Amino acid sequence: MSRVIWADRTATAVLWVAAILVVAVLLGIIAHFLLASAGTLGLDFLVRDPSDVTIGGVGPVLFNSLYVLVLTLLLTVPLGILGGIYMAEYAGEGRATTVVRFCQELISSVPSIVVGMFGLALFVSATHWGYTALGGSLALLVFNLPLMTRLTEQALRAVPDDERSGSLALGATRWHTIRHVVLPLAIPGIVTGIILTAGRIFGEAAALIFTSGLSTPSSYDFGNLDLLDPRSPWSPLHPATTLSVFIWKSNSEGLGLFVRQVADSSAALLVLMVLAFNLGARGLGRLLQRRVTGA
Amino acid sequence: MTSPSIALPTPLRRSLTIRERLDLSRRVTLAAATTVVVLVALLLAFIAWNGVQLFTASGVPVTQILSATWQPDPTSPSTTYGLLPFIAGTLAVMALGAAIATPLSVALAVFMAEVAPRWARSITQPAMEVFVGIPSVVYGWLGLTVLVPFLRTNGQGLGFSVGFSLFAGGLVLSLMILPTITSVALDALTTVPTELRGASLALGTTRWQTIRHVLLPAAGGGIVTGVVLGMMRAAGEALAVQMVIGNRPVIPTSLTAPMTTLTSQITLDMGNTVAGEPWNQALWTMGLILLLISLGFVILVRRLGRPRRAA
Repeated sequence: MSRVIWADRTATAVLWVAAILVVAVLLGIIAHFLLASAGTLGLDFLVRDPSDVTIGGVGPVLFNSLYVLVLTLLLTVPLGILGGIYMAEYAGEGRATTVVRFCQELISSVPSIVVGMFGLALFVSATHWGYTALGGSLALLVFNLPLMTRLTEQALRAVPDDERSGSLALGATRWHTIRHVVLPLAIPGIVTGIILTAGRIFGEAAALIFTSGLSTPSSYDFGNLDLLDPRSPWSPLHPATTLSVFIWKSNSEGLGLFVRQVADSSAALLVLMVLAFNLGARGLGRLLQRRVTGA
Repeated sequence: MTSPSIALPTPLRRSLTIRERLDLSRRVTLAAATTVVVLVALLLAFIAWNGVQLFTASGVPVTQILSATWQPDPTSPSTTYGLLPFIAGTLAVMALGAAIATPLSVALAVFMAEVAPRWARSITQPAMEVFVGIPSVVYGWLGLTVLVPFLRTNGQGLGFSVGFSLFAGGLVLSLMILPTITSVALDALTTVPTELRGASLALGTTRWQTIRHVLLPAAGGGIVTGVVLGMMRAAGEALAVQMVIGNRPVIPTSLTAPMTTLTSQITLDMGNTVAGEPWNQALWTMGLILLLISLGFVILVRRLGRPRRAA
């Protein structure tokens, strides 16, 4: 066998090994967390409070994660969609557009811990709010807004110009065209973008340590509906340790048996949620695509 | 008009009509788009202002941060705010992460672009997406509970005393930046014109010769951009690294010994220090240095040429 062919076969084998290795590592990680959380991760774990006496749960922390997620999306999605509409439909090639794009690039490269410090200075100290869910959401807005804007812009740009021309030729105004023709066609792309953003928000921890806080809530009174009372879990002004932050916090508390078990299960929960977000984004995107093109 | 030959496409270049200027929807969406500019301006201002307080308010000489001694305790007789161990640590762990991840990522990208049959691609593609999605604390927790104890028990002969080490940090980071480098490199490889592939193969080369001598050189720029983006992510990663490197403020000299990084120290000390004291101000200076590092990376990526789809 000639040397050249031998080299070709070796290289092919090496490439296969690299690919198998990477996939095996991923499966290993998922399997590790599923095994480590076996027996703990159940409905009980999802709703109970963390406690030292027995293996507790992550109820309040999970609630905080979802709370911060929803609050961040409420802030990010409308702003991001409007900004994306401008970038795709109105923006020319002027200096303003260049500045916006540079800022988008810059902010998506700023380390999340630095965004957390910024949040600490602005939304915790300067406002005198202290650690709040709102402060955490605003910090998350900082680096998710450019992402949401860009995803919306991409989804809108993917809509063929014929659709716009057709609508404008019928005498519709520009806004009417965007609102009733372009935007509906871009919905599948935008929804996929929202779900992917949500996955990122759910896993973020570094930006939240200094903004939504580290205190583990012992128990929440869900009957307290006073939105300005920091003790109410429904208030945007309550300190909100999220699931990701909770896992990080476990590492500074020594690896006691229960700490480890609870953190392992929390990590498993995070991984499963991320898998669900991913599959959800794909599935829902495809479903909506069929709806839109079928309609 | 003397030169009618070069007519600019008027719809793109004309200035706005009054009607367009007054268009409410245009103004509302413009306001939303410029929010990011306001946020960037605020962020730069806050980090820069707080980052220089160590020098302006506390009178620490700027050159002191280049010292290798980190002795922030105000009660100690020789308080020194040397940031060199953190800067060196960040650079070391970033370089190690990239060094481990790059060969694997490029191999994976080449595999996905050139070698993989359809069924294999339908596994690697979603696998990459899941890799990107796994939160960094999960990687950190995995490093802390699996990798570090493993190194502690099995690495004694190699010099791992406690398991927490530069190597552990680099390995965890390499996993995190692997999908970034892979996806950008894959983009670069798939945009190499098919003609180049065909021309090379028509000369009777093997697939590997085509990859080695045609595709990799042609996609080289894109691959380098991918590596730089990966390094950017590595430099800014905080929690996963903090959990596995041991957090000892020394200039890293060994793969097997504990060390620390800018992000780790900020994570650990921010909550224990009081705003306004020099120790706290030094942390803000570290934040400013991180910001400058990422600014440098953004400019570098711009000069290298932006990939079509950034990961």
